Amino acid sequence: MRHVLSALVQNQPGVLAHVSGMLASRGFNIDSLAVGETEDPVLSRMTFVVHGDDTVLEQVRKQLDKIVTIVRVDDISSENYVERDLMLIKVQANSAQRTEIALLVEMFRGRVVDVSAVDIMIEISGTESKIVAFIEMMRPFGILELARTGRIALVRGRPMSKEAQ
Amino acid sequence: MAETKGTPQSGADILVQCLVNHGVEVLFAYPGGASMPLHQALTRFGDRLRTVLPRHEQGGGFMAEGYARSTGKVGVCMATSGPGATNFVTCLADAKMDSVPLIAVTGQVGTHVIGTDAFQETPIIEVCRAITKHHYLVQRTEDIPRVMKEAFYIASTGRPGPVIVDVPKDLQNRAIIPDYDPPMNLPGYRPQRAASREQLEGVLALVRHSKKPIIYAGGGIIQSGAALYLRQFAEKTGIPVALTVHGLGGFPSDHFLCLQMLGMHGTVYANYAINDADLLLALGVRFDDRVTGKVSEFAKHGKIVHIDIDPSEINKIKAATLPVNGDVCQTLKELVALLDADPSLGPKSNAYADWIRQVEEWRSQEPMRFQDRDDAIMPQFAIQRLWEILRERGMLEDTIVTTGVGQHQMWAAQYFKFNSPRHWLTSGGLGAMGFGLPAALGAQAAHPLKTVIDIDGDGSFLMNIQELATAYCEKLPVKTMLLNNQHLGMVVQWEDRFYESNRGHTYLGAGFEHEPYPDFVALAQGFKCGARSVERKEDLDDALEEMIDSKLPYVLDVLVPYQEHVLPMIPGGMTVRDIIKA
Repeated sequence: MRHVLSALVQNQPGVLAHVSGMLASRGFNIDSLAVGETEDPVLSRMTFVVHGDDTVLEQVRKQLDKIVTIVRVDDISSENYVERDLMLIKVQANSAQRTEIALLVEMFRGRVVDVSAVDIMIEISGTESKIVAFIEMMRPFGILELARTGRIALVRGRPMSKEAQ
Repeated sequence: MAETKGTPQSGADILVQCLVNHGVEVLFAYPGGASMPLHQALTRFGDRLRTVLPRHEQGGGFMAEGYARSTGKVGVCMATSGPGATNFVTCLADAKMDSVPLIAVTGQVGTHVIGTDAFQETPIIEVCRAITKHHYLVQRTEDIPRVMKEAFYIASTGRPGPVIVDVPKDLQNRAIIPDYDPPMNLPGYRPQRAASREQLEGVLALVRHSKKPIIYAGGGIIQSGAALYLRQFAEKTGIPVALTVHGLGGFPSDHFLCLQMLGMHGTVYANYAINDADLLLALGVRFDDRVTGKVSEFAKHGKIVHIDIDPSEINKIKAATLPVNGDVCQTLKELVALLDADPSLGPKSNAYADWIRQVEEWRSQEPMRFQDRDDAIMPQFAIQRLWEILRERGMLEDTIVTTGVGQHQMWAAQYFKFNSPRHWLTSGGLGAMGFGLPAALGAQAAHPLKTVIDIDGDGSFLMNIQELATAYCEKLPVKTMLLNNQHLGMVVQWEDRFYESNRGHTYLGAGFEHEPYPDFVALAQGFKCGARSVERKEDLDDALEEMIDSKLPYVLDVLVPYQEHVLPMIPGGMTVRDIIKA
């Protein structure tokens, strides 16, 4: 089963290394890990996407929680949450293909951010399935490079970071 | 005075003052370039803080562990950067595995050269992340009091563990006006765990409805100070108690409900009882593979109550019927209080009479035993005699035993009986050879009036033999009873069982035609310690008495046959049905 874990961590050097080292040394496979500052400069948020049964998830969550610099961990999979992934993708495109690609970009609510004679760079965000679908649409044109941020997520309504204080 | 407000002090002085403020009386510290300011500061605090100089940083780390394990207080060790710090790695991993409160302070190269591969620079925090409970690379001199306050708090609360504090040299030298009582900044650290009333009543309901309950008690009993409440709980309910290697001493071995050690080299009757039980009360334990063997077969006939302070231990190996995330001391205390207030919450008296009768039958059919010989000193016999002589002299309560790792360690666990906590110090989880002598020195530094005996093997002893110099120079008269079989006995045993006795570099001597090698008596005498070698059974008692009475550190080299196996034995990953009996 797919789980989304959201963790608030102290914004200190080494926390990301600690977390990723723990996950690796205990053999947990992480699909995606994104980290960034929050509204509170002393806290960062890490979002993990993990596949595994309940026993594995329970251990991942508990082992994360055991790290002193992790302030709180929530498995938000069963909550009402918004999830986004941001992608930059560079696709082969001659002048003839540009129109078709631009149409697809519009349908997916993406944005063209750079164009040259032979390629085009697109910015797109959304859920994992939307991103994956867009990648598939671009594949026939020839994907030159792509970069993704990994999934970030927030639960609707309840402000988790306020509760932590 | 160091505490005077408004006087600038060096970071090194501040750090040492923090140690004093946190009640540290002795630390184990080996100097080097990046920790020189700290050692200079230590000389200024000599009247309040004893600095023991080990002869190897690993020795210092194990000494701090011996201190911590024998007192329950935080043990402190110190080393320089680079190789000094990396020599702590084994000690930190050991303290992590066995939940020992430890603080390792390491010097680091100056902040301006960190990351440049400077002389004696290692990123020790990067190295130690996975083997410490927490870690600090100090960023500013001003942070030292807060970091030390947090380090002591983290090391000693919740499930105890090691904390490493890495202090760059320039921050040790920089002088500031310190604030010795800064607020901690640990928003994510919540060590307190308590069982709910509902859980406590749930435990008692399971006990009430069981017919064949058993307690499986471990290091958590010792760490949390729960021995008294464990005894009260066992006596009030009449439930027998099996102990892990770290639980030894957590329940009196001479108590009629004590089934001694369980697991790979535990008693047959303890393992039978665990297997047959309909309720397993797992108290301060982590279902280690040396206890469970094949996990799916372990205690499979019963329900499981698992009480532990560390939430990540619950359901990690074995799913619990009733998980209780709480301090085991507090939880047992509350269970006893509930039983006192309303005895009907517990089992009826004699509810387990049939069960106890069954356990007693196993105990009488399958006692601990070994084949003794008259033409040689059997290792089990040597340990048994040591224990008997100390008992006859009324010294058991004032004796602390440490061990190395291997056969001698298991025989010590089997044949030296412990009735109270913190008298038995062993590297259980990590299984670090070389632990025995330095751990004994740390325990002796904490308990100058007690008799501290390292029951060791020749392989383990040689790994930290340099600490005999510490023993002599620091006047720490520890005794080593060396069970010398010229082999890595436990590996030999496994070779005999699983590799057709093919010796894969497990012989430590210089050739069977020669005298035993090395000459441990000459080595010990070279360190100016007392020493003697015994080979004949009739000389053993006299030699043991001489060792016990020695005012100097003493090495008793007991030559024993190497063919002996530690039994009973449940081979790794197997079940109680596969038990090899003596």
